[in-house]
Amino acid sequence: MAEASGAQGRTPLLEVKNLKKHFPIRKGILSRVSGHVYAVDGVSFQIGHGETLGLVGESGCGKSTVGKAVLKLIDPTAGEVYLKGKKISDLGQLEIRPYRRDMQVIFQDPYSSLNPRMSAGEIVGEPMYNYGLAFGKEKEEKTRQLFARVGLRAEHMLKYPHEFSGGQRQRLGIARALAVNPSLIIGDEPVSALDVSVQAQVINLMMDLQQEFKLSYLFVAHDLAVVEHISHRVAVMYLGKIVEMTDKRTLFTSPQHPYTEALLSAVPIPSPKMKRKRIILTGDVPSPIRPPPGCRFHTRCPYVMDHCKVAEPPMQEVEPGHLVACHLRQPGQALAAAAASNPALTAPAH
Amino acid sequence: MTQAQTMERPGQTVGGVEKVLEIEDLKTHFFTRDGVVRAVDGVSYHVLKGETLGVVGESGCGKSVTALSVLRLIAKPGRIVQGKIKISGRNLLELSEEEMRSIRGNDISMIFQEPMTSLNPVLTLGRQIAETIMLHQGLSKKDAWDKSVEMLKLVRIPEAERRVHEYPFQMSGGMRQRVMIAMALSCNPKVLLADEPTTALDVTIQAQILHLMLELKEKLGTAIVLITHDLGVVAETCQRIVVMYAGKKVEEATADELFERPLHPYTVGLMKSIPRLDRAATTEHPGRLMEIPGMVPSLKNMPPGCAFAPRCSFATERCRREVPAFEMKASGHYSACFNSDKVAEIYHG
Repeated sequence: MAEASGAQGRTPLLEVKNLKKHFPIRKGILSRVSGHVYAVDGVSFQIGHGETLGLVGESGCGKSTVGKAVLKLIDPTAGEVYLKGKKISDLGQLEIRPYRRDMQVIFQDPYSSLNPRMSAGEIVGEPMYNYGLAFGKEKEEKTRQLFARVGLRAEHMLKYPHEFSGGQRQRLGIARALAVNPSLIIGDEPVSALDVSVQAQVINLMMDLQQEFKLSYLFVAHDLAVVEHISHRVAVMYLGKIVEMTDKRTLFTSPQHPYTEALLSAVPIPSPKMKRKRIILTGDVPSPIRPPPGCRFHTRCPYVMDHCKVAEPPMQEVEPGHLVACHLRQPGQALAAAAASNPALTAPAH
Repeated sequence: MTQAQTMERPGQTVGGVEKVLEIEDLKTHFFTRDGVVRAVDGVSYHVLKGETLGVVGESGCGKSVTALSVLRLIAKPGRIVQGKIKISGRNLLELSEEEMRSIRGNDISMIFQEPMTSLNPVLTLGRQIAETIMLHQGLSKKDAWDKSVEMLKLVRIPEAERRVHEYPFQMSGGMRQRVMIAMALSCNPKVLLADEPTTALDVTIQAQILHLMLELKEKLGTAIVLITHDLGVVAETCQRIVVMYAGKKVEEATADELFERPLHPYTVGLMKSIPRLDRAATTEHPGRLMEIPGMVPSLKNMPPGCAFAPRCSFATERCRREVPAFEMKASGHYSACFNSDKVAEIYHG
C-alpha cells in the first residue's frame, strides 16, 4: 500500500507522545490512595494516513488502555495526543466532540456495545443524528447504504441486536463506526470473540473498508497472526511500555527484542511438519502495580544481564524505522543473528 | 511424535496399542421447548493409550458436549439418546450413577477453559486437591495432603508447600490451569479430557501449559483428548485429529496427513481462513483470507443432506439431498464428503 508510509513526511494522522495512565488504588474508609496500577507508562507512536498500526501484547499489558486514553474515554495521567496535528489531549468534553467524530471505536464484545432496545437501523443511524450529519430520509438512505457496504441486508435494519449472530453484530459495530466518516478507527480486539471462519470475514471487511475509505486503524489485539495479517506496522507492548515497533515484515522476520522473539515463538503454527526453536518463558507477567525496576522484562528474559535489573533500556532506533528498547541492541546494530534464529523461518530441524 | 497409526476397527487394540476410550455412534440431544437440538449426532472416535487426540471445530459443533457425555455430565433437557462409551472395554452408559462416580476422576478427568470457575473460591488449593485424592484413592488426610504438594510440584508451581495453603484468587490464570491439571492428574486417570485448556491464556502461558501437558503425558502415560478451535494448537500437540461440524464428525486423520492433504471442504476452509504467521515472511502484503460464507446452521433445523452444503463451494445437488457417509478415503484418512477427490485436487493445485 502506497499510503502506508504516511508516518514519515506529512503530519501523521495520529501522534501519541509519552502517554501515561496510572490508575490509583484506593484503600480504607477514607479511600486513601495506597498505590497505582501503572497500566500505560510512557507510550509514544504515530499512525499515518491509511495506515494500520497493530498493538499487541498479553493481557494486562495496557494495550486496551492506550486505545481508551487516545479516545479520551479515560483521562490520561500524562502525555499528549495529536490528531491531524491538533493537540486534543487537553481539550474539554465539549471541545473534543468534533474530534471524537473523527475517531471511532469497535469493541471486542459486539453484544455489550450495542443497545439491546434499539433496532439495528437506529444503532447505525444515531451517530449521524448526534453529529448533525444527516436526518430523516437522508439518514435512512445512508444507513441503508452502510448496511449494504458491511454485508448486512436492508431488512436487518428493523431487527434487534439479540437477533444477530456474533459476526453480524460486529458488522453492525463497524457500520456504526463508519456512519460518521471517521479517519481513524480504534479496534479493541474486534475479532477475538468470533469463530475462525467468521473472523476471516470481518478481517477481510475491515481491510476492504480501509482501501475504500482511506481509513487508519489502531488495531489492538493479542492474536499475533491476525495482527500480522492486517497491520502495516506493529508495536509490541509489555507491562505498560512499547518494547519494539517496526514495520510488520521486519518484526515478524527479524524481531530484535527478546520478548517479541519469545512471543512469536510461542504462537502455535498450524503445520505439524514445522519444527521450531520454541522459547518458553518462565513465570508470569509481573503485576503492573509494582513493575520490576530496570527493564520490565528482566524477570522473564532468557538473556538477562545484571545491567538490565537496574537500568531501564531507552527506546532506540536500531534500523531506520525500527525501534527497540533493549540493552542488547544498539543503534545501527540490529542483531544479524536474529534473522537466522527467526522462529517462523527455521526449517524442519529433526 | 509417533508415526501414523493404522486404524483397523473393531477390536480393543490398534497396532498393539490399547484403545483406552472408545466412543461409538454417540447421540446427545437437547429436548428444548423450541425443538430437539442435535448437539452430538452420531459421533465415534477413540483414543489410544498415551496418545493425544485433537478434536477441532467451531463453537456449537458438539465437541464439548461429546466430552461431557463421556463423563455423563449432561444436564436436562439434554440426554444421551444413543451410543456406547467404552473405557477399557466397559460401557459407561450401562453403569449406575454410583459406579460412574468412581470412573470420574479415577479413569477419566477433565479440565476446562476457565480454571477460575472450576475451582472452589472458598477452599484452599490443598483442600481441593486432597479431597479428590481422599475420595478416589482412599488415602488418609495426611497422605492426601502430601500428595497434593507433590502434584503441585509436578506441575511446577513454585513454593508448592506454601502455595498449597493459598486460595484460587491468589493465583494467575496460568497457575490456576496448572492447579486444575494437578487435580485432574492426581488419581492417574487413563484419559484426560482437556476442553479448550489454553484458550483463556496468553500465548506465552499457553506455550508453558501445552508443554507441561505433553511432558506429563509422557511421564504418566495418560491419553489426552484435546478439544480446541485452534488449529495451531492441535498441529503442535496431537498425533491424530478429528474435525467436527454441526454435531458430526467430518474428517479424521493423523495430524501430518490432515494438514498435508485435507479432504473435507470445511477443514480446508478452516485452514485457509486463519492468518498464518509462518507465511508472514514470504508475502509482502497478504491477500484476502479465504472466507467460509454464512454461518453455522442452527442445530434445531438442520438442512437435509450434508450440513455443510449451504456454505460449501463444492456442493452439488446430491450434497443437498443425501448425507455423505463417513468413509475411508486413504489409508487412515476418513472424511464425510462426496467431493473429497476434488477437494484434494484443488487444495494442492
